Amino acid sequence: MNSQVSLHDEPRTYIGKRQSRVEDEALLRGLGRYADDLAIPPGTLHAAVVRSPHAHARITRLVVDEALKRPGVRGVLTGEDVKLWASPFPVGVRQSMEHWCLAVDKVRHVGEPVAVVIAEDRYLAEDALEAVEVDYELLTPVVDPEAAADDEAPTLHEDVASNVVNDRHFRYGEPDTAFETAQRTLSLKVRYPRNACTPIECYVVVGQYDPAEGGYDVMANFQGPYALHSVMSRALQVPANRLRLRTPPDSGGSFGIKQGAFPYVVMMALAARKVGAPVKWVEDRLEHLQAASSATNRVTTIEAAFDDQGQVSALRFDQLDDCGAYLRAPEPATTYRMHGNLTGAYAIRHLEVRNRIVLTNKTPTGLNRGFGGPQVYFALERLMQRIAVELEIDPLDVIRRNLVPSDAFPYRCAAGALLDSGDYQRGIELGIEQGGLDELLARRDAARREGRRYGIGYTVAVEPSISNMGYITMAQTPEERRRAGLKNGAVSTATVSVDPMGGVSVHVSSTPQGQGHRTVAAQVVADVLGVSLESIRVDVELDTGKDAWSIASGNYSSRFAGAVAGAVHKAALKIHSRLVSIATQQWKVSAEDILFSEGRVYTQDGAHSISFHRLAGATHWAPGTLPESETGGLRETAFWTPAELTAPDEDERINSSLCYGFIFDYCGVAIDALTGRVEIDRYVTLHDAGRMLNPQLVDGQVRGAFAQAVGAALYEAFHYGPDGSFFSGTLADYLIPTTMEVPDPRILHMETPSPFTPLGAKGVGEGNNMSTPVCIANAVADALGDTVEPGDIELPLTPSKVRTLMGIEEPPRPEGVGEDSTETTAGGGSTLAASDDVEIPASPQRVFDSILDPDTLQAMIPGCHSLELTGENAYRADVTVGVGMIRARFDARVELTDLDPPRSLRLSGAGRSGMGDAEGAARIHLTEIEGGHTRLDYDYEVTIGGKIASVGGRMLSSASKMLIGQIFSRLSHQMSGAKVKRSLWQRIKHRLIDRGGDA
Amino acid sequence: MYIRHDDRHQVTLTLNGSERSAHAESRTQLCDFLRHQLGVTGTHVGCEHGVCGACTVIVDGRATRSCLMLAVQAEGRRVETVESLGEMEGLDDLQRAFRDHHALQCGFCTAGILMSCHEFLRRIPDPSEGEVRDMLSGHLCRCTGYTGIVQAVLAVARRRQNHREEEQ
Repeated sequence: MNSQVSLHDEPRTYIGKRQSRVEDEALLRGLGRYADDLAIPPGTLHAAVVRSPHAHARITRLVVDEALKRPGVRGVLTGEDVKLWASPFPVGVRQSMEHWCLAVDKVRHVGEPVAVVIAEDRYLAEDALEAVEVDYELLTPVVDPEAAADDEAPTLHEDVASNVVNDRHFRYGEPDTAFETAQRTLSLKVRYPRNACTPIECYVVVGQYDPAEGGYDVMANFQGPYALHSVMSRALQVPANRLRLRTPPDSGGSFGIKQGAFPYVVMMALAARKVGAPVKWVEDRLEHLQAASSATNRVTTIEAAFDDQGQVSALRFDQLDDCGAYLRAPEPATTYRMHGNLTGAYAIRHLEVRNRIVLTNKTPTGLNRGFGGPQVYFALERLMQRIAVELEIDPLDVIRRNLVPSDAFPYRCAAGALLDSGDYQRGIELGIEQGGLDELLARRDAARREGRRYGIGYTVAVEPSISNMGYITMAQTPEERRRAGLKNGAVSTATVSVDPMGGVSVHVSSTPQGQGHRTVAAQVVADVLGVSLESIRVDVELDTGKDAWSIASGNYSSRFAGAVAGAVHKAALKIHSRLVSIATQQWKVSAEDILFSEGRVYTQDGAHSISFHRLAGATHWAPGTLPESETGGLRETAFWTPAELTAPDEDERINSSLCYGFIFDYCGVAIDALTGRVEIDRYVTLHDAGRMLNPQLVDGQVRGAFAQAVGAALYEAFHYGPDGSFFSGTLADYLIPTTMEVPDPRILHMETPSPFTPLGAKGVGEGNNMSTPVCIANAVADALGDTVEPGDIELPLTPSKVRTLMGIEEPPRPEGVGEDSTETTAGGGSTLAASDDVEIPASPQRVFDSILDPDTLQAMIPGCHSLELTGENAYRADVTVGVGMIRARFDARVELTDLDPPRSLRLSGAGRSGMGDAEGAARIHLTEIEGGHTRLDYDYEVTIGGKIASVGGRMLSSASKMLIGQIFSRLSHQMSGAKVKRSLWQRIKHRLIDRGGDA
Repeated sequence: MYIRHDDRHQVTLTLNGSERSAHAESRTQLCDFLRHQLGVTGTHVGCEHGVCGACTVIVDGRATRSCLMLAVQAEGRRVETVESLGEMEGLDDLQRAFRDHHALQCGFCTAGILMSCHEFLRRIPDPSEGEVRDMLSGHLCRCTGYTGIVQAVLAVARRRQNHREEEQ
């Protein structure tokens, strides 16, 4: 490994140890100091927020007179005040959209703040909410991202022509060539839902205004990034040093979500100005769920070019990200956080990416643990699973064939990520061996023999940590970036000071939210200075008016272990080197001979020894005795930023993060046949997060992320109605998993230290949020088998969703009932007819030939288990068809007649099943169009009878339309995707010649 | 009797062994009363609709959601909060087990969980893992994945059981 891994020579008493946390005693005794526990200034008033009940409306009238007459009410802040004293928040893309901390003209999502009632206590403030009169003119809401992206859709922001506010296209390597020359291609469209890691503590903000200085002082459980401090100060129209932002000592969890507190920092600062008194606001759970923040929901079409062995040469991503009603900073960061490492753990050199950001009438999105990762891996790892199914090979083989080779690190990915260290192949082997994969496979076999639905899913992922502040500028064109000034880096800070009695104090600006930063910072300093852990006090409150901080300060992108602990180490080394220089001067020895341990500083030969507090104390008590270079006092602040985090280059490559951990997950799930509940039988998760500073805390992070990911995979989603109304406003609707749903994962570790961080550590807190949802989805897909359309595997896989995917199996024919007694079309059959067309990227001749090819025909028919030739262009087929919840297995005859190559033919079929009969025919016309492509027109008539017909005409009509449509879109997919191999092509030619001979 | 929402009542209760008294409106939730009138902020409020369990305290010996109880309903009752736990030297065995098993991270839900566990172990001194999980299912923790909490409760139960056996 690189010699930069400066593990130094200090004795490692604490680092790497399963050290209990210094935070715990106070928290366990109820002595934590969370935002709502802190003393507030005398005369502090309390706020409640009037929120929009509509998803999209114009505010036509807002009257506060009645509210002001209510008991205890001291003022109401409205959009008029905000327009007077503040500005809209700066936005990350060049569009004229305005996002204010309170609605000023329109509301664009349910729960959007409209006014703030300020009263003597919270109960009174809430009483007066109803007295604020707001009239709305309702506008048409747009909720679905694809519908919102349509040119005809109503726009949320009138000054912007489209709801698609950013559209960028990237190309790395030669993806077009790779796709053209590939043996096979496969495309998959997936949707990732809205969810959030919802902490148990909601937002808390206390705002104050100082008219003398013209400044604001706000305490909030905001978590960073502190790049947003400039967003807040600009909105408040004050210089950054006139917005003093302070955080409490303890935070009740965040997981990214408390980044979204920043608009309320501005709102409560203005509320305080409005009433001339401090104003406190504590968010309640309904406010939090409906309007705080959310992960970005995404629609992805992903496509791979690969060979028959499953080696992937190129990927195409088409990502449509729904950021909600406003593009709130730092969005569209969700889209670009993973940009450099979009190819995951794989050595895929050709990549094409299209990213579109669309706005809809939903809550604005923001940081959420895993940020961008679950969305990317859900598409990528589902596709890898589909490749394995398509090739009928072991999914693990597909994974192994594509991994970045072990000797390739540091490895530059196609889109620019520099994977710092790893040994992915070894990780897979370790995971298989220590996680008991063989046993799990045997459990699957046994379960399946018993007729149970059991599946195994796999995922590999790289877990990025320590974000490059420059990645967000990928939303801009290179030209826009140049004009705005290139951004990059990730500055972390830490201060270590030693007081006159030798006590060591540490300050970090990482605003922890429960991870145990105080413990790890103390571990690092204790080892460097050779003092006990107990003698060190770590302060994690951040006060932008007094403490060292920078834009990358805060708690996000798993930056603590790699970057912040590194800065702590650097600051401690500065103290260390000053003390060494004092000792060498006094003792006339060389620096290498001096050791620090057990509270003493001494020479190796034992000739000199002094207690740490005496030596350090001299800097305060007797500076005159020190070397000339000594200034007196003992306090060092270190800033650290890694050289590897450079700005995006001219070819749009970006090293979006400094470190990339490795994760290999697999799991076995059993599906309850009656309820559709997915039960996790075993979950194995292997992590390589570089050097582990405190393995107990690492396991804690893995378990926590895993539990949240189980929620995202199986239970949690923010649901909206078609009118944008919000359906998940309580914890009885938004289902966070409990002890009964979260199994204990088998956690495995390996350590390949990062060469780029001072302690060799990488982030580890977000990995399972990225890898676990798709791993569970892959297992469910494996359990359900190929009767389910791959794109229908959507999160969360709730019991009702899985039960619907399973369908109702056709019951066996009761004994004694002959085949003839099956209901026939006579019993109220219905006839449906329609027509449509589809474009196919191949010549009419090729299309015609393909339809006559039995392999293609089988692939065209959805749910076709087997196709058996019974005569010339006549087949017997075994087909499962689902309509709604009903699923029937048909014994069908399929015939191709009226052949007029390459212009037209007739495809007809008739089948019967225990659930009813169906009979239909489609007339197909092929016309050559531009580019040598074919337009396939078809019209069909279908007659359905028996139980299936009882489903109802409208559903039947749409189901048959979908089914027939699928036949031809599958043909189109066959023609554009998996290339007709030469041998098959020759086979078809032979068959044609044979037929020609017959005619 | 007709009680107006803004009528104020003197509420007297036994908090962690001491008699305490303060004023509350009829509608004041017990959790707000404890935190803001009596100053015991160790009890936290997570949802105010009885799902998350963070505000759990013990009222007359039974674990109770303090967000679903009014302060006036606690008149004359014995209320125990997280501040009552612990021994002279520091943490009690349950709290120590939580620390040793890394059963907390942000600690916001912990007070409520400790109170439920405390009451549960008084009733069921020798629980199975299933019983512990069932009891804990009334609490939401977003940080830990619950493993450490389950382990901590089982470890304390075992240790207490051993002590009892030794004493016999």
